[in-house]
Amino acid sequence: MRVPLRWLSEYVDLVLDPEELARRLTTAGVEVGEIISAGDWQNIVVGEVVKLDKHPNADRLTLPTVDIGGGEQRQVVCGAPNIAVGQKIAYAAVGARLIDGHSGEPTVLRKAKIRGVESQGMVCSEKELGLGEAHEGILVLSPEAPTGAPLADVLGDTVFDFDLTPNRPDLFSMLGIAREVAALTGQKVRDPSIQYEEKGAAAKGRAKVSIADPDLCPRYVGAIIDDVKIGPSPDWMQERLTAAGLRPINNIVDITNYVMLETGQPLHAFDYDRLAKHHIIVRRAEAGEKMELIDGSKHTLTNEMLLIADAERSVAVAGVMGGFDSEVTKETKTVLLEAANFNGPNIRRTSQALKVRTDASTRFEKGLSQHLPPIAAARAVKLMVEHAGGRAAKGVIDVHPGKAKEGRVTVTMERLVRVLGMEPSTARVREILTALGFGARWMPPDRFVVRVPYWRTDVSIADDVIEEIARIEGYDQLPTSQLRGEIPELVPQPRRDLRERVRDALADAGMQEIITYSLTDLESLQKVLPKEELAVAPPLRVSNPLSRQWEYARTTLRHALLDTLASNLRGDQSLISLFEMACVYLPREDDLPDEVEMAFGVVSGREPDRWGRPTGEPAGFYAAKSRLDHVFSALRMTADYREAKESAYLPGRTAEVFVGGDRVGLIGEVHPQVVERFDIGREVAMFEVNLDALLPHVSEIVHFQPVSPYPAVEEDLAIVVGEDVPAGRVLELIRASNLVANVSVFDVYSGDPIAAGKKSLAFAISYQAEGKTLSDAEVAKERGRIVERLQRELDAELRA
Amino acid sequence: MASDTDIQQLEAAALKDLDAASDIAALEEWRVGYLGRKGRLTGLLRGLSSLSIEERRTVGRAANELKERLEEAHEARRHAVEEARVEQVIVGERRDVTLPGPPLPRGRLHPITQTMRDIVASLSGMGFQVAEGPEIEWDRYNFEALRIPQDHPARDMWDTLWIDYEKDGRRPMLMRTHTSPNQIRVMEQREPPIRIIVPGKCYRFEATDATHEWMLTQVEGLAVDEGISLADLKGTLAEFARQMFGRDRKVGFRCDYFPFVEPGMECRIDCFICRGDGCRTCHHSGWIEILGAGMVHPEILANAGYDPERYTGFAFGMGVERIAMLRYGVDDIRHFYSNDLRFLRQF
Repeated sequence: MRVPLRWLSEYVDLVLDPEELARRLTTAGVEVGEIISAGDWQNIVVGEVVKLDKHPNADRLTLPTVDIGGGEQRQVVCGAPNIAVGQKIAYAAVGARLIDGHSGEPTVLRKAKIRGVESQGMVCSEKELGLGEAHEGILVLSPEAPTGAPLADVLGDTVFDFDLTPNRPDLFSMLGIAREVAALTGQKVRDPSIQYEEKGAAAKGRAKVSIADPDLCPRYVGAIIDDVKIGPSPDWMQERLTAAGLRPINNIVDITNYVMLETGQPLHAFDYDRLAKHHIIVRRAEAGEKMELIDGSKHTLTNEMLLIADAERSVAVAGVMGGFDSEVTKETKTVLLEAANFNGPNIRRTSQALKVRTDASTRFEKGLSQHLPPIAAARAVKLMVEHAGGRAAKGVIDVHPGKAKEGRVTVTMERLVRVLGMEPSTARVREILTALGFGARWMPPDRFVVRVPYWRTDVSIADDVIEEIARIEGYDQLPTSQLRGEIPELVPQPRRDLRERVRDALADAGMQEIITYSLTDLESLQKVLPKEELAVAPPLRVSNPLSRQWEYARTTLRHALLDTLASNLRGDQSLISLFEMACVYLPREDDLPDEVEMAFGVVSGREPDRWGRPTGEPAGFYAAKSRLDHVFSALRMTADYREAKESAYLPGRTAEVFVGGDRVGLIGEVHPQVVERFDIGREVAMFEVNLDALLPHVSEIVHFQPVSPYPAVEEDLAIVVGEDVPAGRVLELIRASNLVANVSVFDVYSGDPIAAGKKSLAFAISYQAEGKTLSDAEVAKERGRIVERLQRELDAELRA
Repeated sequence: MASDTDIQQLEAAALKDLDAASDIAALEEWRVGYLGRKGRLTGLLRGLSSLSIEERRTVGRAANELKERLEEAHEARRHAVEEARVEQVIVGERRDVTLPGPPLPRGRLHPITQTMRDIVASLSGMGFQVAEGPEIEWDRYNFEALRIPQDHPARDMWDTLWIDYEKDGRRPMLMRTHTSPNQIRVMEQREPPIRIIVPGKCYRFEATDATHEWMLTQVEGLAVDEGISLADLKGTLAEFARQMFGRDRKVGFRCDYFPFVEPGMECRIDCFICRGDGCRTCHHSGWIEILGAGMVHPEILANAGYDPERYTGFAFGMGVERIAMLRYGVDDIRHFYSNDLRFLRQF
């Protein structure tokens, strides 16, 4: 909502400078989004055309002589067809900053000869002054403009562009803003005059209004103005409308717009003679009913939508836009002016369904006061009488089936204190409320009865009134304290705790956290998931995606990590390791999706050498595994890895991850075909862990084990097994001995002299007994048992 | 047969060998060779058994004295060797202290995670506990229960991404537009006193530019109890803002509208650039908005089954990206989810 301050000052004295006023308004909840200074003109003054000569070399050009005040005159070259002696015009001297009339770019006026005649400055068009688009002729100022005065003093203005909140439809008007300004600065509001002489015949009997759906139209006021002469509206009105961002059309339409901006009540002018039987019927549309609006758009309506019809056809979509057939034209003689009240949600639904948003619909949808229509109608009739030569009919037609009760709210002092944390004086409360137009009556011993002014449709409970007091007093003026009270009992958050521990462990393992979008496209998912899976469990789709790129709620993060990896490759072999913690959304029948908490990681590139250069081994399965195991170690868990086949992963280098018997994730090298789909020209290893599956295995409590005072016996053991035997299986069998305190693998070897199809595995074993020091003989005996078991179970041989 | 001569010879040989031992390993070899269990001095003493008691005593004393001398000499030699070795390290094996050590991998948390943790830590210190809720929500929780019914103009404040799922001719499922729905979920389950914060991702049907993203991270706060007032809300937010942005910051409040609070407000801090004088960054207001807040609307308390005459509460909500931008001086919100490592590694 754009509010030119010159216009605003008609309703309230502006005693503060614009910046300070904007601050106060904003602080009180009426946010000035932008302060626009229109007309920052220099070297441009009001001039009077005193003489008009012909250009000697060009028929279309003239040589006006302009009186620029102080007894000085300038002769300029002018191409405007509308220039005439006696006009007050905007004269720009050489050096003035203007807008180029053709290119629209800012420019500085220079001395110039035009067709052989020197021009001492220039007479400006609206466009050249940055006031509008008109460039066909010069801007003609009001005859009262003082010659020689800086143009800024005559036309310059400051415009507040408000960012208003939807609860305050009353503020979408000059008067609404004026009331706020008055309350904040201790001034009085001057209501515009609604007095006019009723010279025409009585309205009653000349038109009829029937409201078929009073739930959607609680009030309809119709006024009749005869003998109007359609023409341009007065300059001052056009200037104001332009400054407020509306385009002037003709006097009747301009007046409806002007009064809407002034009072907040949208109005519509029908051509009375084009309304069949002069009968206005407010009714729901029939399903499939068609209509062409003033803007030329054609619509098919539903019976949810409210129409204004005459005896034969629809003439407007109520509260949204008028119809093409009944609008005011040059031939219009009699106007039927509509000032109505409509149901806000219904107007909003209609406007959204038709995709037509207008100044009227944005006001109606917020819920306007039922008291407003007769006031706005009277104001518009008055202006039509004054500026369109009309004769006002006697009285108006006012159908008001859904009368709203006057708002009354009781506000106790106890409630005021409870909400604000302080006790304001009754005098101050009354002062604030009165300034805002409320009636406030103190009912001893403890309460106010507050009468809500008609325009404040947003105020209905005590706390609404309390906000009025707080915002006018200023929130910063109210006291400040800290919460006292009991701190609620702790509700454990195991899921969050696990997530944050995993996050720390992954960062600790050298991985960089990333956060990617939760929505993706089907193609991305198809790159990393098998077709069947997407067919069986299609991801949730957004019905109004911002872009096809963000259409589906992701069921994996694989594509996101691979995409991010690809976008961060810089043409070298540097190791990149990324992880993300996020939910995937698994659809469920007729319910919200299952949001499963996942951790995904990727590693790619070569390990750094002593100097940090990427010259080491390319990171693969084991690089990913060491990082994932780092997480399990941080969680004090042991994971089992079992070779597996999974789509998107490379067979033979992929494993399922188990903790406590539950499958919690996957790890492996990404299949080269998948890598290629992401344009990553190198190997990538990836893992994914389902934290919700991991959650039951988290144990917070560490049980202390006493440190054995008896020394352990450390030994190495090398065995030869078949190539297919996983080292984990051997470890498991060795660990089964209750004298083995610890075992780890430290070498894997195949090749000469190991027989083909076999490999050698070397283990470091630490033997320890619970209550004593083991003797050499006891260790030898246990070693024998282990070797025997390995021979029996795995066909292993002791390596010579 | 051991004699004084043997002892003298042994001593001469031992001292000569000791002189030749120039490192710790050779010294140890020497010690084992002369003084060990199977060493030469031990062997000599073992030979004493064939002597008379008188001779045994004399030679024995001499041998023991020799043992002490050799041990002393060994100790002295070892000391000298070690000193020489240290000297060698100091002089000959100096480190260039300006060279780097071998690299250790360094992972970092996303700046939004870091900022979120700071926010949660600050509010946890004031007794607020984390309570999380779903990202894909019902219209009922995201809007209706928050006093934003169908066709309410306030819905424009939260342009919504709707899930393609219809029930009874409506689309009831959406990507939550704020973390506020979890206020309702928590109030349905718990009794006052309540002090929670809801961190999480939210989504808007919004074109992106330098200050708008369609995916964003929010933290919602809610406190409900007897005797909570607007003064407590102001105090809590002011303390929070100073913890996040510095103790010398000015914290201010202005009226604002959210359907689920009354009175409603916006919390702001003095502009970083102009410190309150007014500049382009703060749209000449001198203030930078950091969050929205207000007293929980009594209707919402009543709907939760709380007595709104007895209980009052406040709620607040902030965008973590905005807080991070202000703290780190990030000028474009789109940096956060473009995941360029050159950006992420700065945090």
